[in-house]
Amino acid sequence: MSSDLIFKSAAELAALLEAKQVSSVELIRAFSSRTKAVDGRVRAFNSFDEAGALDQARISDARRAAGQARGALDGMPVGIKDVIAVEGQPLTASSRMLADFISPYDATVTRKLKDAGAIPWGRLNMDEFAMGSSTENSAFHPTCNPWDLERVPGGSSGGAAAAVAAGEAPLALGSDTGGSIRQPAAFCGVVGLKPTYGLVSRYGLIAFASSLDQIGPLARTVEDAAMLLGTIAGHDPQDSTSFSTPIPDYRAELKRRRGPWKLGVPKEYFGAGLDAEVGGAVNAAIGFYRKAGCEIREVSLPLAADYAIAVYYIIATAEASSNLARYDGVRYGHRSKEATDAIDLYFKSRAEGFGPEVKRRIILGTHVLSSGYHDAYYLRAQKVRTLIRNDFMRAFQEVDALLAPVAPTAAFKQGEKSSDPLAMYLSDIYTISLNLAGLPGLSVPCGFTRGGLPVGLQIIGRPYQEADLLAIAHAYEQGHDWHTKHPEL
Amino acid sequence: MASPTDINIDYVANLARLALTDQEKEIFSRQLGDVLRYIEKLGEVDVSQVEPTAHAFPVFNIWADDVPQPGLPVDVALQNAPVQRDDMVVVPVVVE
Repeated sequence: MSSDLIFKSAAELAALLEAKQVSSVELIRAFSSRTKAVDGRVRAFNSFDEAGALDQARISDARRAAGQARGALDGMPVGIKDVIAVEGQPLTASSRMLADFISPYDATVTRKLKDAGAIPWGRLNMDEFAMGSSTENSAFHPTCNPWDLERVPGGSSGGAAAAVAAGEAPLALGSDTGGSIRQPAAFCGVVGLKPTYGLVSRYGLIAFASSLDQIGPLARTVEDAAMLLGTIAGHDPQDSTSFSTPIPDYRAELKRRRGPWKLGVPKEYFGAGLDAEVGGAVNAAIGFYRKAGCEIREVSLPLAADYAIAVYYIIATAEASSNLARYDGVRYGHRSKEATDAIDLYFKSRAEGFGPEVKRRIILGTHVLSSGYHDAYYLRAQKVRTLIRNDFMRAFQEVDALLAPVAPTAAFKQGEKSSDPLAMYLSDIYTISLNLAGLPGLSVPCGFTRGGLPVGLQIIGRPYQEADLLAIAHAYEQGHDWHTKHPEL
Repeated sequence: MASPTDINIDYVANLARLALTDQEKEIFSRQLGDVLRYIEKLGEVDVSQVEPTAHAFPVFNIWADDVPQPGLPVDVALQNAPVQRDDMVVVPVVVE
């Protein structure tokens, strides 16, 4: 029955596919049916191509019938944040600038998914150009949190997190520049992982901040996230920032690595501003690890807590102002019909194509790079970034991983923060520093508020040690049943 | 860090090739002024002996072999062009 399938884990679905108890066509029909039933209210998708997905499903089923199934993800639908290129599908970044853009090529992660037989499933809504923490900055429509439709799903990968939480997709790919996978995962009660910078290729990811962006998995269980990460990770000659490192079998390592681990708790992350219920759930999770035999140590990240947001909003906006210069109305994207000459074409196409948050960040980024301000802002921020990174490296001399909240609150109401950009920026306090330091981090569900809103536990790992990170998360998850809860829709 | 926290919004918008309405200029100046005032706190940090980090895990001298690879076919590369003709993107006159 299709309603039984939609909340099964990807691992369970893979087993059913392998045993030929379900076909890929049935899977696509089940998720398509679910999406049609609920997405009118959740609004996770910008678009989806059911017919195209069914074609791919038939091809996958034929492969399997011929004994040539490609592995666990063959025939599996994977939702794609509308910021990652899939050939022949829209690539809009939820912006009017790219509303009609059809991608002429596949991102490397897309190619890896297709090589594994996985089926890109729809285009998932996001904050425009990945700039935001609530998906309210989408130029098309907001996405609603499946646990409370009046609240935000988080952002910028809000569509991806909401789709997985609502059973519209078993897996999704998002992107994380300042928390954009982890925070929506926490708000929507799913698992979200940002890999170490360089682990996953950025080729085919619409660039926001090139030294911070990473693509990562969203899923309902840690094992599912491990499966998806294993498929997309790896060195790519087409991304000169991608790292050459052997990719472990993350899924197999989950079961092999049992701990106990030395876990650090950054004391500055539990101070004022952290909602009591969120802090309570995270502290209960820390207690679980302690009871399970892990040594829990207090560590200090003094600079991260005080300065990471300031550093981030200089570096990320500076890099964005450069990356978004390509949207000029010339070769692709929105072109103004009002322009009087070539230069005016740039001014008007950009003014018409970009939303207010994007404009704000381009202006801020241009300012901090401009002559007379570059040293005081950008160069200084890059130096503080070094110190923030050193804070983490010092902590990792004593512990294997850090435990922290993901966000200061659970999901907030639509419109609550959208009129005060600075307030929205300050809510990124716990996630942003990892992007600056390049470290891997994930969010795993660790409870609910009294109002029924999910809370996430953030686990921060050593560079390129995602196998440990996943194992630590898996140990917590298997000792609880948060991942078996689903929103009523 | 004795930098003014007011953005010369006309100057910056011109650099960024963004045409802003008067209303946007006023609202963005105010909002970004708040952000810049917040960012001022970076002035407290002693960065005198610190190297900047542009890239968290730098990799150096990443070479590609000098071997031609196929690129996008012309028609595919132009499929999103707003106006095209004869395998070219049509743009407003730049030079008379």
